[in-house]
Amino acid sequence: MDKVLMKGNEAIGAAAIKAGCKYFFGYPITPQNELPEFMSRELPKIDGVFVQAESEVAAINMIYGAAGTGARVMTSSSSPGVALKQEGISYIAGAELPCVIVNISRGGPGLGGIQPSQADYFQSTRGGGNGDYRHLVYAPASLQEAVDLTIEAFDVADYYRNPVIVIGDGMIGQMMEPVEFKEPKKRELPNKDWATTGTKGERRPNIINSLALDPAELEKHNIKLDKKYKEIEKNEVRYEMYKMDKAEVVMVAYGTTARIVKNAIDALREEGINAGLIRPITLWPFPNKAFNEIPDTAKALLSVEMSMGQMIDDVKIANEGRLPVHFYGRAGGMIPTPEAIMDKVKEIIGGGK
Amino acid sequence: MLNDNRIRVIIGHYGSGKTEFSINYAIQLAKEEKKVALADLDVVNPYFRSREKHGLLEEHGVKIMSSYVKGSGSDLPAVSADVLGPLQDKSSNVVLDVGGDSMGARTLGRYREYFVEGDYDMFCIINANRIETQTVEGVLHHISSIEGASRAKVTGLINNTHLLRTTTVDEVLKGQRLCKEVSEALNIPIKYTGVIESLVNQLPQDIEGTIMPIKMIMREAWM
Repeated sequence: MDKVLMKGNEAIGAAAIKAGCKYFFGYPITPQNELPEFMSRELPKIDGVFVQAESEVAAINMIYGAAGTGARVMTSSSSPGVALKQEGISYIAGAELPCVIVNISRGGPGLGGIQPSQADYFQSTRGGGNGDYRHLVYAPASLQEAVDLTIEAFDVADYYRNPVIVIGDGMIGQMMEPVEFKEPKKRELPNKDWATTGTKGERRPNIINSLALDPAELEKHNIKLDKKYKEIEKNEVRYEMYKMDKAEVVMVAYGTTARIVKNAIDALREEGINAGLIRPITLWPFPNKAFNEIPDTAKALLSVEMSMGQMIDDVKIANEGRLPVHFYGRAGGMIPTPEAIMDKVKEIIGGGK
Repeated sequence: MLNDNRIRVIIGHYGSGKTEFSINYAIQLAKEEKKVALADLDVVNPYFRSREKHGLLEEHGVKIMSSYVKGSGSDLPAVSADVLGPLQDKSSNVVLDVGGDSMGARTLGRYREYFVEGDYDMFCIINANRIETQTVEGVLHHISSIEGASRAKVTGLINNTHLLRTTTVDEVLKGQRLCKEVSEALNIPIKYTGVIESLVNQLPQDIEGTIMPIKMIMREAWM
């Protein structure tokens, strides 16, 4: 198939349908509205169902119910809307159901603003819901990657019976880029013998539930979930290393910010300053092992974010105290410029002398 | 020379390149004419609206009007009453940059009385790489839904087929073939071909309409 020009939100919707998503439940919020709009138009054409719920809380609970039938389901929202979904996400993780949740994030806290932001890093990687649960978080930096990761997210969710988040700042949702829809590489997926598809009098009922009356049973469940999360940490880490050769300053950035950082790195290298980038593609699990590949020339790490510095903790954990960790960020919907990032790198190098 | 009627309405699918074309056109027009105003009527898209470039436009002598809610952080479907000024002032040249699709074109209904034959043009921007306007049927459906919502007729087509910085001459020609078929079906001329600046010198002779070199103004270098 030829490349077509799509808006990020549309491309994610088209990718979901390509992955076999049949049911979408959501509630409008800027800057992700084109996604539910796309699904409302396209899902009826493939005998799917689109429901605009009365709220985000309703939408995530519709996902909970629909995921229980074993169907491929998705919801999308933006920052404060995803905050409202956290309770449902915890229930879905507790009941071990697969689903994909898209967050096209905007400035916060509270209602915040509609411009792009990465201030939902804590929300995505630590979870706003209760209990011992985790979920994979994909952070695409281009629309092609958003398409590929959305398609893969459905497989990964089915494989681990776990919710998967795809997070893009508002820019990923709103920008236009050429994309193509490739066949994903197949994973061996287990049968959904847990789904509530009707017993036909031939088996015991399957029960979807996150309530446990016996603490010993719940602990057993917690240990089982934890084993699964460790498995995800082992198998699903994804990252990109960019121009690490002889890098003096290694930046860490994801999503749109990583693109700007790459521009800054190219310009810095033209000036004879060696900088590189670790780009986490999964925010959880965080690519700790990438930090073992940092060359000896590195003098400092620089976390670059569209937030007040929510990723710094993970960078420090991965760094294990080896290098000083700096931060540069813009917040509230403001986008860093390559020039400002270059200045920060120069300041770090100058200060280190 | 941009020999179009005084009021130019720019419509098209979102992603077709309406805003880039509108801004490039307005800047060009301001080199030829004294009073040029650009109205950002986008009530659909929250990002990449021409109002974000008000500083640049004003530097080029283009007056910019948009929402009466200041700042880029609003998604309220509000358009300033200022837009009426240049529409009523017969010595003003006006470019109306209309937001995506027929939904966005509804804003035009308010200005219907100014769309008098001979005093206005409505140009439909076509990008053959957008999924819904890849075929003649798709474009015709698109035009009729916008004409219905705006209650004005399209007077010219603009081939703006692109894949951003990866556009090739073949892409432009693919768009031209599509536009020609639409042009014949509706009996509307192809008025312009919008082409990324770096490709202009590589274009063959038989390009339809005036070539409008497009500087990417809305898209930052890192995008």
